[in-house]
Amino acid sequence: MILLIPLGVVLAALLAIIGLAIGYGGEDVVYILIKSLSLLTILSVVVLSLTWVERKALARIQQRMGPMRVGPYGLLQPIADGLKLLIKEDIMPAWVDRPVYWLAPLAVFIPSFAVWIAVPFTSSLVLTDMDLGLLYILAMSVLSIIGLIMAGWGSANKYGIIGGLRSAAQLISYEIPLLVIAITIAMLAGTLNLTEIAVGQGNTWYILLQPLALVIFLLAGLAEVGRSPFDIFQAESELVGGPFIEYSGAHWSIFFLAEYINTFLVAALVTIFFLGGWSGPLLPELAWFLIKCYSVILVIFWLRGTLPRLRIDQLMAFGWQGLVPLSFLNFLMVAFALFYGWPNWVQTVLSLTMLVAASTFIYMKTASKKVRPTVRLIPAREVRRA
Amino acid sequence: MTEAQRLESVDIMVNMGPQHPSTHGVFRMVLWVDGERIVDAEPHIGYLHRGSEKLCEGELYPQIITLFDRMDYIGNYNMELAICSAVEKIMGITVPERAEYIRVILCELNRISSHMLFYGTMGLDAGAMTPIMYGFRERERIQNLFEATSGARMMHNYFRIGGLREDPPDDFAERVAGILPALEKGIEEGDKLLTYNEVFLARARNVGIINGQDALDYGLTGPSLRASGIPDDIRVIEPYSVYDRFDFDIPVGNTGDTWDRYAMRVEEMRQSIRIIKQALEQMPDDGPTKATGVRGIPRPPAGEVYFRSETPRGEMGVYIVTDGGDKPYRLKVRAPSFANLQALRTMLRGVYVADAVMILGSLDIVLGEVDR
Repeated sequence: MILLIPLGVVLAALLAIIGLAIGYGGEDVVYILIKSLSLLTILSVVVLSLTWVERKALARIQQRMGPMRVGPYGLLQPIADGLKLLIKEDIMPAWVDRPVYWLAPLAVFIPSFAVWIAVPFTSSLVLTDMDLGLLYILAMSVLSIIGLIMAGWGSANKYGIIGGLRSAAQLISYEIPLLVIAITIAMLAGTLNLTEIAVGQGNTWYILLQPLALVIFLLAGLAEVGRSPFDIFQAESELVGGPFIEYSGAHWSIFFLAEYINTFLVAALVTIFFLGGWSGPLLPELAWFLIKCYSVILVIFWLRGTLPRLRIDQLMAFGWQGLVPLSFLNFLMVAFALFYGWPNWVQTVLSLTMLVAASTFIYMKTASKKVRPTVRLIPAREVRRA
Repeated sequence: MTEAQRLESVDIMVNMGPQHPSTHGVFRMVLWVDGERIVDAEPHIGYLHRGSEKLCEGELYPQIITLFDRMDYIGNYNMELAICSAVEKIMGITVPERAEYIRVILCELNRISSHMLFYGTMGLDAGAMTPIMYGFRERERIQNLFEATSGARMMHNYFRIGGLREDPPDDFAERVAGILPALEKGIEEGDKLLTYNEVFLARARNVGIINGQDALDYGLTGPSLRASGIPDDIRVIEPYSVYDRFDFDIPVGNTGDTWDRYAMRVEEMRQSIRIIKQALEQMPDDGPTKATGVRGIPRPPAGEVYFRSETPRGEMGVYIVTDGGDKPYRLKVRAPSFANLQALRTMLRGVYVADAVMILGSLDIVLGEVDR
């Protein structure tokens, strides 16, 4: 019975994908079905590999071996974990708000899955090549906030509620810089079609034109998916998992799946927007796309391995006082550059200058408030004499 | 009256613990929170109460040492030193020099290993998952040495009234000297990873401040008191064992915030290494490690004794009332963590929920010793 729930979720997501695809493209149903299934497979393999990569990467940072027992180099560990999660007892507390509690995983999972309809892996491997792809992705990815609030509320747990409210505040705040940067990219590319954005970059990847935008987008994206150092709504050390606190087994694994798919989405978007998508010499397009995605993901894991978590007020201040104005400034700069037809190198120089100025400002602002703290040393001799 | 006007907000009560990953054991906090701010906090203790003090009354003096091991289970050697020295004090036993130096070396190593654990858990409380691995790596070097010396990694039961259970291994001094450079390097790495991390500074600075007078009033001792600017260290103001022969510094904080309490421990590790180095130099190469004339079950003369020492957590006091028998008539432990916890409620008022975990962590409590 319990095993049917994840199956149902996957099927529902599949149906949503198919429905949307048919509604949009009007292509052959069988063809779309095959495409959706291959997308599902790719995403599942990606999530499995991500858990392994994350554990190995963190282990390297922490001077450990990571998973070693299941399969060579622990490669089968993700499968063992997945199996364990599925056959685990699914505990539901007696006092939960049942409909909300059951629907929350779906409300998180379906949007995060449906987003991928419009994300191109290569110039040809895309389920639906939407002209409004960018708009669709941003609209869909916001929806998962509702699922998090539902999870927090439906669990009828105080930690869950605090976590749900935190996630609402955090995700809505960081949606703004994310959107503004996306608009900037759309202006540069002159299209909302993701394939065209990636192809249109040619050899001048937008990372060269807009390093500032990349930094803002990556940081806001990290906050969007709730990864360290912005994982305050899960906050293991205080909220013990936040909205997910009362979920176990298959239900929890659905949240887990959604989180990793979202992480991969951020990496994929960074790749498409800033790293020229799948362009690269020699290797096939899909290989280049995956290489770039995994490099971005390794940066995300690296941050997780080294940084403590921010506090909620610091997180909000960083979003509203740091990223939001910066993203608007960046937006203005691109608008001017495009309107007056400034050459590319001017954009690069301006963007870099702003990046340096902003980081210096943020650093000085924090550093001037608190001079590097010190410890006074009183020799024991002096205390003994006194 | 409209619907909107009738809506009122109330503080919600959040129960944290006794089963919570960040309460460092079975400690329970009841927090009243207004949004993310803590309005009031009520600590509850006693979930690990084993009646250690009463148990001590039924045990022979050498048997009490094992009970003390289990009070502060992170700073075992320091606890053993406290009970052994208290009995030695009332019986007037002089411990041989070599035993004293070995005791000091082990106690200071124990201090480092305890603070390394603190360093790791502080990182966890702040949300960084890597420091604990580095803390444990350094701890492991010390634990291996402890194992070679006493046969146990924790709960050593190695100190005896009047000396040590047995001689340490022949290469004890070399092995201690051998791990010191690695420890120094480990502390440096810890500084780079966490102490001066910009996010950690933002989280720990100016949070949970307690000033020197309040700290004294609440009975804070050890690093938590020194963080508030008071150079109070039992090893210096009332030296026991051979601590008066060493030259070291007392780290003192400026503001008494969470970062200061954290930094005290990091700096203390460096000072402990200084002490160990001097002790290795001064230690006689051979000689007895047991006092002569202590045979059989010790029977201290009737009377009372109070002995205090500096454990990794603060001032550890042992008060024994004897009636001349082979068991104490009454034994009272003044546990540092227990006293330090008293200040928690004051420190928690008005901070964010996320800070509560860090403030509790910065007090470095061991529940085995709080509840006894």
